[in-house]
Amino acid sequence: MHIIESGNVAAATGVKLSRAQVIAAYPITPQTPLTEKLSEFVESQELDAQYIPVESEHSAMAVCIAASTAGARAFTATSANGLLYMNEQLHWAVGARLPVVMCVANRGIGAPWTVWNDQQDSMSQRDVGWIQLYANDHQQIIDSVIKAFRLAQSVSIPVMVCYDGYLLSHTYMPFELPGQEQVDAFLPSFTPEHFLNPDEPGNFNTVTLPDTRAGVDGTVEPGYIEIRHNLHEDLRGALEVYGDIDAEYEKGCGRGGTPFIEQYRCDDAECVAVAIGSLSYQLRDVIDILREEGLRVGVMSVQMYRPFPDGAIVEALAGRKSVIVFEKALSYGNQGPLYADIKAALYSRGDRPPIQNYILGLGGREIKTSQLLDALKESCSAIEAFDDTPRWIGLKL
Amino acid sequence: MRKDIIEIRWHGRGGQGAITAAKIVANAAFVSGYRGVVMAPTFGTERRGAPVFTSLKISPEKIYDLSPITTPDMVVVLDHTLLEEVNVVDGLKDGGLVVLNAPKPAGEYGFEGARVGVADVTAHAVAAGLPPGIVNSGIIGAFSRASGLVDIDILIPVIKKEFTGKRPEENALAAQRAYENTAFGE
Amino acid sequence: MAHRDFCKMISRSKPGPGDGGKTGSWRVLRPILHTEKCIPVKAGKKACFNCWLYCPDCVVTKTIPPTIDLEYCKGCGICAEECPADAIDMVAEDTFSTEEK
Repeated sequence: MHIIESGNVAAATGVKLSRAQVIAAYPITPQTPLTEKLSEFVESQELDAQYIPVESEHSAMAVCIAASTAGARAFTATSANGLLYMNEQLHWAVGARLPVVMCVANRGIGAPWTVWNDQQDSMSQRDVGWIQLYANDHQQIIDSVIKAFRLAQSVSIPVMVCYDGYLLSHTYMPFELPGQEQVDAFLPSFTPEHFLNPDEPGNFNTVTLPDTRAGVDGTVEPGYIEIRHNLHEDLRGALEVYGDIDAEYEKGCGRGGTPFIEQYRCDDAECVAVAIGSLSYQLRDVIDILREEGLRVGVMSVQMYRPFPDGAIVEALAGRKSVIVFEKALSYGNQGPLYADIKAALYSRGDRPPIQNYILGLGGREIKTSQLLDALKESCSAIEAFDDTPRWIGLKL
Repeated sequence: MRKDIIEIRWHGRGGQGAITAAKIVANAAFVSGYRGVVMAPTFGTERRGAPVFTSLKISPEKIYDLSPITTPDMVVVLDHTLLEEVNVVDGLKDGGLVVLNAPKPAGEYGFEGARVGVADVTAHAVAAGLPPGIVNSGIIGAFSRASGLVDIDILIPVIKKEFTGKRPEENALAAQRAYENTAFGE
Repeated sequence: MAHRDFCKMISRSKPGPGDGGKTGSWRVLRPILHTEKCIPVKAGKKACFNCWLYCPDCVVTKTIPPTIDLEYCKGCGICAEECPADAIDMVAEDTFSTEEK
């Protein structure tokens, strides 16, 4: 059944179908309608959950951590400065191996103050250890939210589902609603490995020593580095798990099949454009125009950014004549984060392509299809001019 | 850039419900077979009374480009007082359509190179039993009549559904009245 | 090393009306100042001026009595809220429009 609704409502509906049990959130543009919709679902009892309005995003994540530690399926959502406000708790949730799911409606971070879209907020959190999924349209938002809950509980790592603020959160387009039975079959309730249980008293995440130590019953308790090493290993292992989860989801509803990257006209492309989110879809029109002019171009989006799906990316990009990475984020003082990650992944390949980085759309600066067209055309014909310095699109200096 | 996309820009004031109007038309268009429907409100801080616009793109095929409309095929104006503040026909394609909620006869409103459809939606809405100032349901009727893009018979049930619990019959009647009383200027 | 200027640009705006155009048309409520209650008017000298101080759009003049520029005033009601003498009422805008138009 199709409905025409906003990206925020798509996300909220995904949370409802996933039967989240505890929702703690603080409003922030452009996520607010998502939390409002969830509170409506809870009030009308369409969703049997506790909705806890907190006074800040830091508390929102703290409540999710507490709920998840008690074994409940917890959810929150935020954007930009809100995400940064809970930054300390993000590190906690992942270090504590809690399967919290969060939606991030991507928005630029102050200063200067902005409410409009770019991806700096979630990109700046890529080193924390949370799994990061990015949606290109409303269908992917609702499907990714449901898959996120399954992935989180399978690997005990929190997952953030990111989508462009305003461009996806506030636009309306048709998407198909998964059925509740289908989601229930795909996402069974779960009992986590470790949770607060009065019958089995324990301390979670107390001071963990640099070295291992002898435990109470003769065991050897790990040190901090072991815990963190295992998190990393499990993150890498999550790649395969997510591939399986996505395949299972696709079998159930016919949608999916692109867990790590989504490609458009890349099969015989000499030049591949790479982008994350709605921008990758806007680039499709550009690809079609350039193809009519005889240029062999394609566009690829990255769907899972952490853990970094280097295998899929290397397979898709090695041997191409050129790669152009468009980003709405920047690792200030260096390069675009996605660009740097792609370059690093391809470093050891003899057939690594020349790659050029473009920065655009920061703080919601409008991205015109004509600008993308010009950038791609110029790049495809001047590969020898590529260098490591990001080029900027749409500046008005 | 794609030729198959029909672009409609809706001009209103914050709080008048331009988004709801565009959403209803989007739903009806989808039901009519337009697989590609994208509706985007003004992005940014909002307040009652401030001019806003909503973009609606319709196509038989899925639409991938969410960037704002620059050359609309049609423009719908929910509040004629906006004409003094906003250039509602900015970028309007030659021969494009302006649908206007205004009290004066159609001939009094002229936009160079554009067709004009006018209805006193504000008055028709009151006559239909709505409180004064509710124009977003009525404007849909005027739009349907002026553009011929979506059938009023498909729109009416969508209007009733969208306004469930909020005077659905009166809102549908407002649209019907506006539909029947849309006049064309030059 | 070649000289360069750092911090050439920050985001900074000056207070004043007009940035969003003639925003008086946004008003749903209009502030009406009752001068007989106004503190500087009653005192006959500079005093109070809360309305001038708190107006986010700088459309209130620091005069006796204060005046409000209705071409820009958006009707936010902060002046009425902050007036310690309750000298400002917020009145529905559409009760005025027939006179003006």
